[in-house]
Amino acid sequence: MNERLLGLWAHLQTLPVFWLALTLGVFHLASLLAKRTRGFPLANPVGLSILALSLLLYFTGTSYARYFAGGQWIHFLLAPATVALAVPLYQQKERIHCLLKPLLLTLAGGSLLAIVASVGIGWALGASPSSLLSLAPKSATAPVAMGIVEKLGGIPSLTAAVVILTGITGAVGAPWVLDRLCIREPAVRGFAMGLASHGIGTARAFQESEQTGAFAGLGMGLNALMTAVLVPLLYRIFA
Amino acid sequence: MLTGFLQLLAFLLAGETLVYLAALPLPGAVVGMALLLGWLLWRGREPGENLGKAATGILQFLSLLFVPAGVGIILHLERLQREWPAILGSVLFATLLSVALTGLLLRALSKNKEAGHE
Repeated sequence: MNERLLGLWAHLQTLPVFWLALTLGVFHLASLLAKRTRGFPLANPVGLSILALSLLLYFTGTSYARYFAGGQWIHFLLAPATVALAVPLYQQKERIHCLLKPLLLTLAGGSLLAIVASVGIGWALGASPSSLLSLAPKSATAPVAMGIVEKLGGIPSLTAAVVILTGITGAVGAPWVLDRLCIREPAVRGFAMGLASHGIGTARAFQESEQTGAFAGLGMGLNALMTAVLVPLLYRIFA
Repeated sequence: MLTGFLQLLAFLLAGETLVYLAALPLPGAVVGMALLLGWLLWRGREPGENLGKAATGILQFLSLLFVPAGVGIILHLERLQREWPAILGSVLFATLLSVALTGLLLRALSKNKEAGHE
C-alpha cells in the first residue's frame, strides 16, 4: 500500500495540473487564514502562500522547473492583469487630471529615492555587486524589474524574489507607516503604495477603496516607466 | 467576459508589437496598459461591460498571480544564506522609506496646489 502511495505521488508530481491546483488551494487557505486573523499584518496571503509552497518544494526535493510547469498558467495572467489596470485608472481620470503636476513631481522624487535607498542600504550592509544590481529596480513591477536587470547583466530570478519581498513589505508595512504619518487621503495612500510596492501593494490598496487602488495602479504603472529609464541611466553613470 | 479578455490580450499584443518595433526598453504589458488607457481616453466613454467585467475579474486575483514567481526564491537559498542581512535590510528599510517619503511629498505638493486654486 505504501509503495502504491509513493507511486501515486511520483505520478502526480509530474503533472503540471497538480502544482496548479496546489497553488490555488494554498492561496485559498492563506486568504482564509488572513481573513480569520484580521488585523494581524504578517498574515499576508501572498507571503504565506510563497512560504508554504517553498517549504513543500524544499522538503519534497521538487525542482522549481517542475513546479513552474503548473505555476506558469497563473504566472502568465500577470501580463493581461497589468493591461487591465488601465480600466480603474480611466475611471479616476478627473482626479488624476487635477493632481497631474504633483503626481509627476512625486513620481520623479519617489522613483529616484526608491532606487538610491535600495542600493545604498544594501551596499552599507555589505551586499555583493550582483545583488545590488538585482535590488536596484525592486520597487517596479516584476516583469519590468526583471527585464531591466537582465539587460544590465544581473540575475532576473533573484530580482523576481526581491521584487515580491518588496511587494509584501509594502502590503504589510505601508498602511501602518501611512497611518503613523496621519496620511489619510486615498489618492496619496494609493500612489505611495503602488509606487513603492507595485502590484502586491496595489492589490492591498484595492482593499482600502476603489480610489486607493486606482491611484496605486497609477503609481505602479508610472514607476515602471520611470524605473526603466532611471536604473540603466544611473548604472551607466555610477557602475 | 470572453470578448473583454480578448481585448486585454489584444492590447497586450499591441504593446509587445510596439516594444519590438520601436526597440523600447519596457515590458510589453506596461506599454499595453498605456495603449489601453490612451484608447479609453480617446474614446471618452466608459469601458464596455465586457471589458469592465474582464478587468475587475482578473484584478480581483491580482495578488495570487505573484505566487509562482515568488516561489522562485528557492533558487537563491545559498545567496540568501550569505547575504540575507543586506538583502532583507534593503528590502524592508528602502521600501518603507519610499512609502513614507512618497506619501509626504505628494501630500505636501497636492496641498499647495489645492491652496493655490482656492
